[in-house]
Amino acid sequence: MSSILLAIVIGGAFGFTLDRVGATNPNFIIRMLNLTNLHLMRTILLAIGTAALLTFGGLLTGLVDPGHLDVKDAYMGVFVGGILLGLGFAVAGYCPGTGLAAAASGRYDAMVFVLGGLAGAFGYMLTYENVKATGLLDHILGGKATLGTIAGTEYPALLGMSGELIGVVTGIAFIAIAWFLPDRLLGGKDSRVAAE
Amino acid sequence: MRAPLTWKAGGLLLGAVFFAAVLLVKPIGVSTQFVIFDGILWDAVSPSVVTESTEAKSGYTSTNPYLAKSGGKYAKNVENPLNYSFVFVLALIGGAALSARLRGGVEKAEKTMPAVWRANFGDEPWKRYVAAFLAGFVVLYGARMAGGCTSGHMMSGMMQTAVSGFIFAAGAFAAGIPTALVLFRKES
Repeated sequence: MSSILLAIVIGGAFGFTLDRVGATNPNFIIRMLNLTNLHLMRTILLAIGTAALLTFGGLLTGLVDPGHLDVKDAYMGVFVGGILLGLGFAVAGYCPGTGLAAAASGRYDAMVFVLGGLAGAFGYMLTYENVKATGLLDHILGGKATLGTIAGTEYPALLGMSGELIGVVTGIAFIAIAWFLPDRLLGGKDSRVAAE
Repeated sequence: MRAPLTWKAGGLLLGAVFFAAVLLVKPIGVSTQFVIFDGILWDAVSPSVVTESTEAKSGYTSTNPYLAKSGGKYAKNVENPLNYSFVFVLALIGGAALSARLRGGVEKAEKTMPAVWRANFGDEPWKRYVAAFLAGFVVLYGARMAGGCTSGHMMSGMMQTAVSGFIFAAGAFAAGIPTALVLFRKES
């Protein structure tokens, strides 16, 4: 029962926050990807950096149970699937989580996106064995690997160094990139309009 | 176009939520629950899809190989939707709805399509809906092939320094940035 309560609290906070950072607004996602407004990019990078610092700081101090980590498998399909997701992400301005959140915020196109998503997930369920037969799902780089060795876990490491230290450095690096990114990389405020 | 929170406040808050999930339970993930929901619908229409099994590790199996994989853990969640991950996504929907309501909702013109779409492809909703449906299909097909989405792979993955998270992010941005650059040339 307590796990259901946690799901409601953390899931609710996640949905609320996605809306508050602007991630339910596809204008932000599309303009992050066409590099004309990096607000959401900076938000995401700062979030990953903050979460990494807190997590690895927590692992070092014993606050975080290493058993709570859950590292996913690496295989070529991760890259191919990432490409497919990236294509749709750019067209719609939604990913699975933000699409659901945007639909909940009252956007009709997000509701249609979610229906398409349910169809796509069903499509994968039906073609899973064909995808598997291609070898795209075979492990690479050690499978469930992390950058460094994390104490209390069985995950293989890409580098023979302290995973906690790498985690803290990774967190700082993400925050630094968020800090130094400009608000936009392409196009002045009026350059495109003027060019027409 | 303004977000309710600055990138600094929003990033810290979002990071705190991702950390809280790991501290208290496990990393955040969303896209698996599209499969679970499909499975629930499918099993409602034809109940033989998911069945109990003493041989499967989870106690459940399925005629669908994807639902039956990994000892039938998806099959089990289809039969028992009141589990952490599924309720998490339902709560996500509720939290976003609450936040949107508190800030006055989405303005009317934005509900059918975002301004940046209208600027580039015109005002007909059906065009946007067709594109959104197809994009949703490709996004979830890709997320399931990858074994996670922006939440599970990119954010939860990279915050744990998971190699798979970096591979996924590389693929998503390698495709997403050129696509957006080509499709959305006009800003407003």
